[in-house]
Amino acid sequence: MFVAAGLTILVTMALALIRALLGPTVYDRILAVNMFGTKTVLLIAVFGFLTGRPDFLDIALAYTLINFIAIIAVLKFFEYGDLSRAGRSRAKRVRR
Amino acid sequence: MLLSFLATTAIAVVVLRDLFAVVMLFGIYSLLTASIFLVLDAVDVAFTEAAVGAGISTVLMLATLALTARTEKKPRQWSPLPLVVVMITGATLIYGTLDMPRYGDPSAAIHQHVAPRYINESPHETGIPNIVTSVLASYRGYDTLGEVAVIFTAGVGVMVLLGAGTRSRKKKGEKS
Repeated sequence: MFVAAGLTILVTMALALIRALLGPTVYDRILAVNMFGTKTVLLIAVFGFLTGRPDFLDIALAYTLINFIAIIAVLKFFEYGDLSRAGRSRAKRVRR
Repeated sequence: MLLSFLATTAIAVVVLRDLFAVVMLFGIYSLLTASIFLVLDAVDVAFTEAAVGAGISTVLMLATLALTARTEKKPRQWSPLPLVVVMITGATLIYGTLDMPRYGDPSAAIHQHVAPRYINESPHETGIPNIVTSVLASYRGYDTLGEVAVIFTAGVGVMVLLGAGTRSRKKKGEKS
């Protein structure tokens, strides 16, 4: 059961990787990276149960937070073209 | 499987000219590396890799991209020297691994030297239940103290740089 889940997650990771490589627009790539992070978290969780150590679940949760921060930074970069200011003032200047 | 993903990502990083895509692929790359570390049972290394590689360095590279151009310039001429250097280095590294003991070999040198003493004696000698903590904080205490000094110096340096900026701005009369 866990083996099947792990294999499915690996296939999904491959698909997300293909999308990140081909992705015509930046949003395809952002979505691919976000999805890849989520799949990594799931893979860690499944791997933890597969090897009989469910305490990997905590690590998977912390990975989620890291992924979240990275995606927020990426999206902010694309919304405002800059990471240092608080946004709002340049909200209309969207890059691509 | 994970290693083939890793190789695909690395080749794509070299080939692609859109630097934003490269940053994204670097995020994927370090997530993959973290997964491989985790499969190899090095949970703490995997955690550092994910936090630094996928989290902080993505943000730092994006901040750099915000200051510079988004696409890489085409190289003026293709020179074979870097490829040769990389190939030789890789071949040397692979040659170096030939003498290494097998993964998980109990008779490897690293398991014979001080590890049995740490495992057998550390609860009595240091009174710390966690072996890793006892090695870091007791057996290698001076080493850890040196690391803390280095990190403290780096932190002070960063704070001086940032603090100097805000103070001079405040002198010019700006609010915060």
